[in-house]
Amino acid sequence: MSKKNPVEIRTSPHLKKNLSVDQIMLQVVYALIPVALFSVYQFGLSAAVVILTTILFAMGTEHLFCKLGNKPSTLGDNSALLTGLLLGLTLPPGFPLWMAAVAAISGMGIGKIFFGGLGYNILNPALVGRAFVQAAFPVAITSWTPNLLQDRFLEFIPSTLTPPMLLPISTTEWLTGKNVDSFTGATPLGLQKFENTPTELFDLFSGTTAGSLGETSFILILLGGLYLAARNFLDWRIPVGIFASASVVALITQWSDPSLAGPMFHILSGGMALGAIFMATDMVGSPVTPAGVWLYAFLIGALTVVIRVYGGLSEGVMYAILLGNIFLPLIELVTQPRSYGEAR
Amino acid sequence: MILNAEKLFAKLRKRRTFSHGIHPVAHKEATAGLAIRRIPFPPRVDLPLSQHIGAASKPLIKPGQEVVRGEPIAEPGGFLSVPIHSPVTGVVKSVDTLIPTAAGPKTPAITIETYGGSTQEVLYSAQQDIENLSPKELVEAVQHSGMVGLGGAAFPSHVKLLPPEGSVIETVLVNGCECEPYLTCDHRVMLEQTDAMIRGIEMVVRAVGAKRAIIGVEDNKFDAVKHIETALAGHPNITVQAVVTKYPQGAEKLLIDSLLDREVPEGEIPAKIGVAVYNVGTLAQLGSLIPQNRGLIERVVTVSGPGVKKPGNYMVPIGTPLRFLMEQVGADIDSSEVILGGPMMGMSVASLDVAITKGVSGVVVMEPQLESDKLKTVYPCIKCGDCLDACALHLNPSMLGQLASSREYEAMEEEYHLNSCFECGSCSYVCPSNIPLTQYFRIAKSINRERHAAEAAEAAAELESQQTDQSTEKSTSEAA
Repeated sequence: MSKKNPVEIRTSPHLKKNLSVDQIMLQVVYALIPVALFSVYQFGLSAAVVILTTILFAMGTEHLFCKLGNKPSTLGDNSALLTGLLLGLTLPPGFPLWMAAVAAISGMGIGKIFFGGLGYNILNPALVGRAFVQAAFPVAITSWTPNLLQDRFLEFIPSTLTPPMLLPISTTEWLTGKNVDSFTGATPLGLQKFENTPTELFDLFSGTTAGSLGETSFILILLGGLYLAARNFLDWRIPVGIFASASVVALITQWSDPSLAGPMFHILSGGMALGAIFMATDMVGSPVTPAGVWLYAFLIGALTVVIRVYGGLSEGVMYAILLGNIFLPLIELVTQPRSYGEAR
Repeated sequence: MILNAEKLFAKLRKRRTFSHGIHPVAHKEATAGLAIRRIPFPPRVDLPLSQHIGAASKPLIKPGQEVVRGEPIAEPGGFLSVPIHSPVTGVVKSVDTLIPTAAGPKTPAITIETYGGSTQEVLYSAQQDIENLSPKELVEAVQHSGMVGLGGAAFPSHVKLLPPEGSVIETVLVNGCECEPYLTCDHRVMLEQTDAMIRGIEMVVRAVGAKRAIIGVEDNKFDAVKHIETALAGHPNITVQAVVTKYPQGAEKLLIDSLLDREVPEGEIPAKIGVAVYNVGTLAQLGSLIPQNRGLIERVVTVSGPGVKKPGNYMVPIGTPLRFLMEQVGADIDSSEVILGGPMMGMSVASLDVAITKGVSGVVVMEPQLESDKLKTVYPCIKCGDCLDACALHLNPSMLGQLASSREYEAMEEEYHLNSCFECGSCSYVCPSNIPLTQYFRIAKSINRERHAAEAAEAAAELESQQTDQSTEKSTSEAA
């Protein structure tokens, strides 16, 4: 007998696939990097600082709450980084930084940590943060700035640097000084809903429109999604189901009132792509049962178009996903898989 | 049959498989090409009286007695039990030594000291003409041989030859999948002991009165498929069928799904739907032992893994101490993990003083700390659903895992089919949160078993007290 313990004991299985949560989260972050870079290209310095702010405050909130709870910090799972990045991408370009910080703190705090942290949150934390500021600062979150302004890499949009606890500085004067009327800042969804002005589908596809930081370019979001789906880090059924049901509902609404937008507009515009591909697919908030995944996706797609067409807001994807998250336990309850050998 | 896109797609490509499952790296190349070789007799063998499922065997010999290789040394302890034969010529040292087991508790074993230089030949045998044996006599002969399932389950083979009342076995499935990584012993048996295996199949088919037999082999062993096909000339009732290489293809219920597109109802055995499944190694041993009226004294064991210097497929006497086998193959056993069986379902041993028993198909020596520390971090369940896609029984391991962490063991059993789980380990293998799901389920099952036993005892006690009450009442009324 040797002196040291000669053998290690573990329970089976003794092999493990080389993949863990932190790696998955990091891959999703990588998939979003082109989207984030494009938003900086479109909206300049302001976009960069908004995204950095939400990331910083999301991670800071998680770390602080872990320390307050005398628990090891959970920053290592990279989920706070992802939430911060996603949240930043849903905000308008000139969103005041202090409000972005509020969004991040409320999203992480109310949306995630109060429920028990990663895996236990009922709602998507990034969307909770956005919903919080949507309710708290309805004007600031619907104030859009035109894309591709000339000096975007040299100066901030004035509203970005609003001092904490103050209302955002108006950008109208600043924009007039640049010989741009504020109308050009309107988003395709707003133009469609309130002005009944359609936008070129190709602009929606490539992303050269006004809008929230990360939502404009359909193609970049789609490429990120395809990468994740190919590596099995994303359930392709969710975006496919959302786009399908949104198209069906859009066709129905268009049939009832031909002046309304068609399926392609609904899929390409606003936060639909970012929501369907990166938000609704958040593993924690989406069903695990195969039939449930489809049900969940159909629900979100249909709700998005219904809210967009019949609701007071021009955008509906955020509330649709949050409602989908809320329905999750019910969906899973009725879609448990039939196991091998189970009586029919 | 579980019909889904995966199975339909496989069907379109004329490939047989079940749906779900995983693809761990096979690691079979180190030993797949190595012919079966004998190892020398160990200086001592330890033969646990309980190497199989069922009642322990009863020793027939006394300490100090001399035994010959092949001689019966223990008789069955009941119907669900088998005899033990001495794998060596030597002298009995003890009939109740307590030796460690992979499962943990120590178990009584017969210890025999081997005579140096004794012959490998089995002297203790007698020819018998199996063609003239009736099915009933065949079953008896199988029990006398001490055969148990060599695939790992170690279930007494003769019991499977007697289907329960009301079931008729129509199809015998021969399991040559060997889906566990590293293991190649069944592969070698199919290549080297083909005739004995076919003889064993014919015997089993006759004993159970089946119409046909199908040999299922994973398509990573296509040489075996080709080899068996050639050898099957003149056996019209036996066919060989390649199945998709996927873990756990070798689980009998899934092999039935792959080959026959049928499901065994929950909680039932394959006999219920007229199927009996045998491992190729078991049949090859039956085919060579029964005609000579011999007992099971050795088996093929794959010894492999990163910690082994001379990996291979070895013919190992039953009862060989693991330490001796490790010395023979030059295993680096310092702070390694030694697994009996395959790495997906096998058990790591706490001591090298365990013996190679009838059910040990492989010994895999893993490098110490194979997994990096980072891989071991357990995160909360993020409901990614990977485990649902891995579970070949279409269970919901994610939900089961969450119920286990909140100790709702009853709900696991009653609502989420916990007892269907055969602990193949696929869910733990894929889990990105590194949650030890399979271990959770093992614990839940054993707690449920304890609870059921306690409930049964309580019910029995209540019944008894009721009866006493009644009899007292009766006697009082009689007295009145």
